[in-house]
Amino acid sequence: MKFKVNNKEVFASTGGRPFDKKKPLIIFIHGSGLSHITWVLQTRYFAFHGYSVLAIDLPAHGYSEGPALESIEEQGKWISDVMDSLEMKEASLVGHSQGCLVVLECASQFPEKIKSIGLMGGAGAIPMNPELLDLAEKGDPKAVLLMMDWAHGPAGHFGGHPVPGLHHMNLGGSIVINGSVKNALGVDFRACDNYKNGFEAAKKIQCPAINILGDRDKMCPINEGKKLAENIENSEVEIIENCGHMILLEEAGQSLEILKKFIRKNHPA
Amino acid sequence: MDPKTYKFDTLSLHAGYMPSKNAGSRQVPIYQTTSYMFDDVDHAAALFNLERGGHIYSRISNPTVQVLEERVAALEGGTAALATASGMSAIFLTIMTLCNAGDHVVVSSQLYGGTVNLFRLTLPKFGINATFVKPRDTEGFKKAIQKNTKCIYGELVGNPGNELMNLPEISNIAHEAGIPVVIDSTYQTPYLFKPLENGADFVVHSLTKWMAGHGSSMAGILVEGGKFDFLKTDKFPTMTDPYEGYHGLSFAEEFGPVAFTMKARAEGMRDMGPCLSPQNAWNVLQGIETLSVRMEKHCSNALKMVEYLSSHESVAWVSHASLKDNPDYELAKKLLPKGTGSMIAFGIKGGKEAGAAFIDNVKLASHLANVGDTRTLVIHPASATHSQMDEATLKLANMSHDMIRLSVGIEDIEDIINDFEDGFRAAKKPRLVANK
Repeated sequence: MKFKVNNKEVFASTGGRPFDKKKPLIIFIHGSGLSHITWVLQTRYFAFHGYSVLAIDLPAHGYSEGPALESIEEQGKWISDVMDSLEMKEASLVGHSQGCLVVLECASQFPEKIKSIGLMGGAGAIPMNPELLDLAEKGDPKAVLLMMDWAHGPAGHFGGHPVPGLHHMNLGGSIVINGSVKNALGVDFRACDNYKNGFEAAKKIQCPAINILGDRDKMCPINEGKKLAENIENSEVEIIENCGHMILLEEAGQSLEILKKFIRKNHPA
Repeated sequence: MDPKTYKFDTLSLHAGYMPSKNAGSRQVPIYQTTSYMFDDVDHAAALFNLERGGHIYSRISNPTVQVLEERVAALEGGTAALATASGMSAIFLTIMTLCNAGDHVVVSSQLYGGTVNLFRLTLPKFGINATFVKPRDTEGFKKAIQKNTKCIYGELVGNPGNELMNLPEISNIAHEAGIPVVIDSTYQTPYLFKPLENGADFVVHSLTKWMAGHGSSMAGILVEGGKFDFLKTDKFPTMTDPYEGYHGLSFAEEFGPVAFTMKARAEGMRDMGPCLSPQNAWNVLQGIETLSVRMEKHCSNALKMVEYLSSHESVAWVSHASLKDNPDYELAKKLLPKGTGSMIAFGIKGGKEAGAAFIDNVKLASHLANVGDTRTLVIHPASATHSQMDEATLKLANMSHDMIRLSVGIEDIEDIINDFEDGFRAAKKPRLVANK
């Protein structure tokens, strides 16, 4: 669905069901350069099981109007603006990668609004490889190839997508390429690299949190995810074996099962 | 710093499959089953509602077939693929997913005869009509686009005349008009040419041919490029509007770069059911493992046959884009740097009668209605594969009655040439042969 936030058009997938203000809300926040498409194997389930779902396209991503927001702090505030514009008082947040940093910021800035948080492939800081950052800021498509290479574990490189016929890395790459390497991915990478407030934000979080980590994650290594979890007071950790950074697609079924249990317990429909 | 993703030959052997998820079996298992156990009622409901991935029934998907789909998607650079029972069913599924009754397609006039008949005779029964344009007439494709046109369809190298479409230019024309391009890339395989990197939006293959190579199994596939954005136009309501068959799902909104494949599978395989058997998928996978080495030999043998035929006294003309005097020579050099393929069309002096005598007297080359076998194949299209086309359609396809279609195999080249010498000798005395 399309709606306005701060006078700019925003797109969010509602998981195939009409948005309903009466139902508990879950907002899904994608990773660098990506879009709402990455969440399709989680959102449809929740949308058909009692929740209102927004798999949001951050500004300048997917079908949302630009420009991209240049800092994680701004992006965290923007999620709160999304809730305000839809007159929603509370939500659970689920993030992937950069989306986890956004979740940390939003949940620490607006604790009264956030019921629970799910972090997939998260870390307290995501410093970027300088060469990758440079390529992305120049708009070089090679940045996407490198990102897809590092982001995927064995399933991404060999195959075995949970949805028959889909190709992990080509699908992920096309989401980024169909957007803007320079104006979305480049801005996102810079925002991640600049962000230093992750652990401080984590310490302020009061709601229940779950950290879903892949043991083959090269982008946000498992130890970084555990370190983040240690800084959140009410936090659980679930580790998925043989899984890279693209947990939400590589192991869509397992990650959905973990999220289902967590959200039903902490933010029941 | 370069990505360490696997390259073409490695993908030909490994893409789409992980032994660790299949009891350690090094070879891809054949999942000879119709259906799959659900964990519980919730799991079943989620699968049926596309809330999660997985297999339900082998008409829709199958784990062995899935390996083939991911492998071909990897080789073509596609976001997704959907295997079908044959190349023809892949084409039909593609058009039926793109079009509604009342729609129109612009089609190259030089296509496999069965495809011509699909567009000329069968699809009009469903209210989908086609305008045929000669493959070299790039401007003609533009002129043929109507308000209700939903795609441009063609074969990069046309069957059987070997004329090339200028795919990059034709793709620009299509995209300016807000419609996708579908390319049948059976003749090239991804080893020689990747349509998705040259402007096409969807690729179809008859996997029966070079991809499998062994001539043992029927199979087809549709590959999605992931770049055509259905939401940027109002031409494709079946992709963008809520679909009653899945509780109001908008395929384009939910699935983006794989929306077309999801729709083709969820609707097309569900309702039309042209599924590929796991045994045939496995057979094709065996062929794909050696695709590169076979294609190299196909192409090198083809070049030697072009040279031999071009200087032969019994040959009136040869059509192959590797020839410097061929109108497509420069375009082929640009689009097909690894080789112009192993299909050759040539005219035999003495016309139809001589052609028949030639075909009846070659012994090594097989006379049959297939191409892309590892064995050398010959046929007289006007009396076989394209015999159901009328004179006007044959003319539009630039087909003459003296044309022999040759699919060069990977036998020793001397043996193929010796066999052809026997055929040409007999063709010089057609009456004698006929009375034999």
